[in-house]
Amino acid sequence: MLDFLKSHLTVIVINLIALVWLIFSVVRSRKKTKESLKIALKTFLRILPIIIIIVVFIGFLLGFLPPEIISRVVGEQTGFLGMLVTAVLGSVLFIPALIAFPLAASLLTGGASIMSVAALITTLTMVGVVTLPLELREMGKKITILRNVFSFIFALIIALIMGVIL
Amino acid sequence: MKNLNDMAREKQKQKKTIARDYIAMAIVIIAAAAVLLIFPNKSGPVLNISKNYLLELAWVLPAVMVIIGLFSVWVSNETVVKYIGRSSGIKGIFFSIVLGMLPTGPIYIAFPLAVALLKKGAKISNIIIFISAWACIKLPQELIEIQFLGIEFTFLRLVLTIIFVVLMGIIIEKIIIFTDRKKINEPGEKTVGL
Repeated sequence: MLDFLKSHLTVIVINLIALVWLIFSVVRSRKKTKESLKIALKTFLRILPIIIIIVVFIGFLLGFLPPEIISRVVGEQTGFLGMLVTAVLGSVLFIPALIAFPLAASLLTGGASIMSVAALITTLTMVGVVTLPLELREMGKKITILRNVFSFIFALIIALIMGVIL
Repeated sequence: MKNLNDMAREKQKQKKTIARDYIAMAIVIIAAAAVLLIFPNKSGPVLNISKNYLLELAWVLPAVMVIIGLFSVWVSNETVVKYIGRSSGIKGIFFSIVLGMLPTGPIYIAFPLAVALLKKGAKISNIIIFISAWACIKLPQELIEIQFLGIEFTFLRLVLTIIFVVLMGIIIEKIIIFTDRKKINEPGEKTVGL
C-alpha cells in the first residue's frame, strides 16, 4: 500500500509540474516551447545510454545479491570495523529506499547496532558508486569525487553520533 | 573568433562522448545477456528488477526532461542567481534543501538538473546541498523511514544529515574555488563537464 502511494506520489507530482509548466509555456510562446522541448530531447538522448547501463547494473546487483544475503552480511558486523564494512557496502550497493528501510528495521530487530544501520542508510542514499558514471559525465570529475568522498566520511560521522545518542 | 572555434570544438567533443556512451551501452547489454545465459536461474530476478526500474523511469524521466528544457528557456539566470547564487546566503541553502526534498524520482536524474542550475549561475555549495538533499531527504521516503525505523531515529538522522550536508557543500565549494584559482593559467579540466 505504502509502496503504491510512494511511487505514485512521485509520478503524480513530477508529471503535474511538467504538465502545468508546459501548458503555461505553450500559452505564452510557441517558439520558446519548441526550444524547450528540443533541449529536453537532447538532454534525454545524452543521458539515456548511461541510465540504461545503470539500470542493467542495478538488476544484476539485486538479482545476484538479494536483500537476505545483504542483511546477513550486515547483521554479522560489529563495532567500528563493522560499521566501516557496512558503510562500504552501502556505498557500493544500490537499494531503493522502499527495500532499504524494512531491511534496516529487520537488521535492528535482529540485533545489529544503530551505528551500522545508520551507516548503511546514509551511505546508501548519499554515496552512489553505481550512479558514478552519470555523475562523472554530468558534474565533472572534481565535484563527483569530492562529493562522494565527503559523503562517505560524513556518513560515518553521522552514524557514530547516532550510535552515541540513541 | 576564437570563442566560436572553441564552441565548435566543444560541440564535436560532446558528440564523440555521446557516441562512446551508446557503444558502451551496447557492450554492457551484450555482456549482460551473455552472463544471464551462463546463469539462467538468475535471469528471472535480474530481468524483473531491471524491467521494474525501467518502468519507474519511464514514468518520471520524460517529465524531468521537459522540466529541464522549460527551465533552461524560461528561468532567467538572474532568478537562479537571486535564489541560489553567489550571494544567496542562508536563503540559498534553504531553497536548495527544499528543492531537493520534493518527490521527484531517483538521484541520477538530479545530475542533469544540477548542471542546468550550475550553468545559470547557482552557487556550487548550493548545488552540492541540492543533490544531497535530493538523495537522502526525500519527502515520501521519510514517511517510510518513520514507519520502519521510528520517529526518533528518522528525526535525528535528518537533523544530522542536513547539518553535515550544508557543511559539505561549503567545504567542497572552498576546495573547488581554491584549486581553480591555483591553476588559472593552465586550461585544465573544467569543473562542470559540459
